[in-house]
Formats: sequence, structure tokens, C-alpha cells
Amino acid sequence: MEVIYTGVHQTPEQVVETALQEDADAIGVSLLSGAHNYVFPRIAELMKEKGMDDVLLFGGGIIPEEDAERLKEHGVERVFQPGASLEEIVTYLRDAVAQKRGG
Amino acid sequence: MSSASDLLERARSGNTRSIARLLTIVENDEPDAAEVMRELYPLTGTARVVGVTGPPGGGKSTLVSRLAGAYRDRGDRVAVVAIDPSSPFTGGAILGDRIRMRERFLDQGLFIRSMASRGHSGGVARATMRVVHILDALGVGTVLVETVGVGQEEVEVVRVADTVCLVTVPGLGDDIQAIKAGVLEIADVLVVNKADRPGADEAVRDLAMMQSLGTRGGSGRQRGLEREGSQWRAPILRTSAFENTGIAELMAAIARHGEWARESGEQDRRRRDAARAEVETLLREALVKQVTDRIGPAAVDAAIARVAARELDPYAAVEGLLGA
Ligand SMILES: Nc1nc2c(ncn2[C@@H]2O[C@H](COP(=O)(O)OP(=O)(O)OP(=O)(O)O)[C@@H](O)[C@H]2O)c(=O)[nH]1
Ligand SMILES: [Mg+2]
Repeated sequence: MEVIYTGVHQTPEQVVETALQEDADAIGVSLLSGAHNYVFPRIAELMKEKGMDDVLLFGGGIIPEEDAERLKEHGVERVFQPGASLEEIVTYLRDAVAQKRGG
Repeated sequence: MSSASDLLERARSGNTRSIARLLTIVENDEPDAAEVMRELYPLTGTARVVGVTGPPGGGKSTLVSRLAGAYRDRGDRVAVVAIDPSSPFTGGAILGDRIRMRERFLDQGLFIRSMASRGHSGGVARATMRVVHILDALGVGTVLVETVGVGQEEVEVVRVADTVCLVTVPGLGDDIQAIKAGVLEIADVLVVNKADRPGADEAVRDLAMMQSLGTRGGSGRQRGLEREGSQWRAPILRTSAFENTGIAELMAAIARHGEWARESGEQDRRRRDAARAEVETLLREALVKQVTDRIGPAAVDAAIARVAARELDPYAAVEGLLGA
């Protein structure tokens, strides 16, 4: 697994452009700022625009349950809460990416 | 998934996603790589490839950002290929801070690609070469390749470059010896970055001394000439990627080296060496595959087992397999 770290304070446009150029299988966004209700839908929208329907979008951070549910409707396939183990995340990613690219 | 010819068509019209997919295909040597190369290779040969290497933390990425910006300002289409080491244990990699070019992030004339030096079949050097070919064919004018210069593998990687810049910093002291002689020798331009810090003069002096101990160069060296006949003596430049100083001078030195390389035949020589390495590796792989297909992998495995068990020596094993 290869992880490309974009650095902090990226705009949705920057994140999507990076994922495009790097031909990423998945985009993971960590957000603690509370801006998730804007950032995730915007990323999902840009991804759709660029035809990135086989790229997985997931996230983590301090995101209330009900927001997490709503984000799923926007194409954020999984939201990890603080304290999620690395193993859990890695296992999820392996399966979910395989499904995305295969399906 | 779309076919290679669709991808090629869209990549040629500048579609970022398709360009990125093509790069993945050749990076991983996927089955479509041969078709992609067949279509694109004839279009290669015009990009200027600049390698940037040197010890960890020397400011290579920062410098590459500055260079990329400056080449963009000149109107070139620019690509950056940033190579990071993979973990030898997991095979995974964290590809560090994508170079910091926030203000140009959405600039369609700039393409940034990270690569891990993972166990590519044939090594990262070949994968880099193929990636550079694609970018070249798609009309990128300047390709900047960044790699940490510590060992043999990295030295191999920068062989794709027409001009190699070695980036060091002040204050390395005796650690400057850590820049292995082999790395110093492949450098066409020597850069003391972080020249905003104390000790830049000493660093320049140390480099000049190491250079004079080297084997390259003719009589021009004593007279401090950059070029003399067919010889090139790497100039030593100071930059501060931080303060954005010395960048124009660095670009000028890269251009002078390029000019010398074209006139002296060095460029042709390097490109021939690179082509030879590419062809010979593919040929070797193809021959192994041909033999294996003919006699079956089991026969190869059996011979290997006998060598391991000391029943057969490796030379005899190969002779036997070829004769089978
Ligand atoms: N003072 C000073 N700091 C610099 C300069 N250039 C880079 N740096 C700093 O040096 C650190 C390393 O810079 P990078 O550009 O990441 O160095 P690098 O050689 O790419 O590092 P690796 O890829 O990890 O080997 C960063 O904190 C930079 O801000 C410079 O000209 N002057
Ligand atoms: Mg770097």
C-alpha cells in the first residue's frame, strides 16, 4: 500500500487534483475542523465531475454520528471515529478498494 | 476499464485522469504497457529531463518546486516525478509531502507524480524511465526527477536525466563524505542549497576540493573552466530555495550543461546508454520467459532445487536448462 500525503490545509479542489494525477485508488480525508459538511460533499461532487466513480472516498475525524450518516448519502463510504485502530482502517481499505476497482 | 487506445486518445487531449492511468500502466509494467509504449515512444525525445538528487532533507523538494515554478513561468509544460523509498519490510510507502506548490496546484501545465522505489520488476530506475517517456511523448517540455541520493539505486535513477543536479547544504562538515564519490561523479551541476545559512562558503570549498580529487576533467579544471573541449566540469552554485535566490543561475547552469551535452555528443551517448539498458533488460526478461515457456516452470524449479541441494552447480543448471 502506498500513501501519498498531501500536507495539511488542502482545498477540495487540490485534494481531487492530486488524487487524479497520482491515479489514487482511494481518497482519505481527516478533518477535525468541523468543516466536514462542506468538504466531503464538495470532494464527492468534484470526483463525480471528473468521472472518478471507481475511486473510494472515506474519512475520519471528529464527526457526529448523524453527520456521518448523511455524508454516506454523499458518497463518503466510511467515516472512522477517533480511536479507530490502524488495523481496522487498513483491513477496510483493502476490501473496499478491491470491491471498487473490481466492480 | 477503458482500452489502451481510448486512454491514449484522452491523454493526448490533456485529460489528467487518462495521463495518470497511462503512467500507472507503465510504472507497473501492466499488460497494456507494450501497446502504450508502441504508440507513444515515437513521440519522445524532446523533453529536457533534469535530475535532482542529494542527501535527505537538503531541500530537494523545495528547490524542485522553485524550479518547476520558474520553468512554468517560461511557458514550459512541466512535470515533477518525486521518488520516495519504500519500506523494505512491508513494501509499502508513505510518499512524503507532495511538493509544496499550493499556488500552482490547479495549473494544468504542471503535473506532479509520486513514485515509490518499490520492487518494480527491473527496479525503480526502469519504471522512472518509462514514466518519463510517457510525459515526454505527451508534450511535457521539462521533467524534474527528484530522488534521495544515497546509494546505487538512486544513482541508477538519475541516469534518465539529461542533466543531474546534486543538492547539498552548508554545515555537513565531514559528513560531506557521505556523498559517495559515485554520486559526486554523476553530478553535472553542484548545488549548495540553504545558502541563507552560515557555512555556505565552506561547503562550496569542500565540494571544489572533492571535485579536484576526482578523476574527471582535463586541463580546464585547473583554470576553473566549466567546459573545455569534450570535458565538463560541474559548476558549484548557491541557492536558497527558501528565499528563492539563485534559481535563475541554476536554470542557466542547467541550460549551459544541456547545450554542452548536445554539442559534445554527451547527450547522444547518455541516451544510447539508457536505450541499451532498457532493451537489454527487456531482452533478458523475454529470453527467460521464452525458455520457461518452452521447458515449463517445473523444470526450472527442479533445477533450482538441485542447485540448492548442492547436487548441481548453477552453471551446469543453466547449461542443462538451455539444452533441454
Ligand atoms: N533555511 C533553508 N531551509 C530550507 C531551504 N530549502 C529547504 N529548506 C527546508 O529544509 C527542509 C527539507 O526540505 P525538503 O525540500 O523537504 O528537502 P528534501 O531534500 O526534499 O527532503 P527529502 O525528500 O525528505 O530527502 C524543509 O523544512 C524546508 O523548508 C533553504 O534554502 N533554506
Ligand atoms: Mg523531498
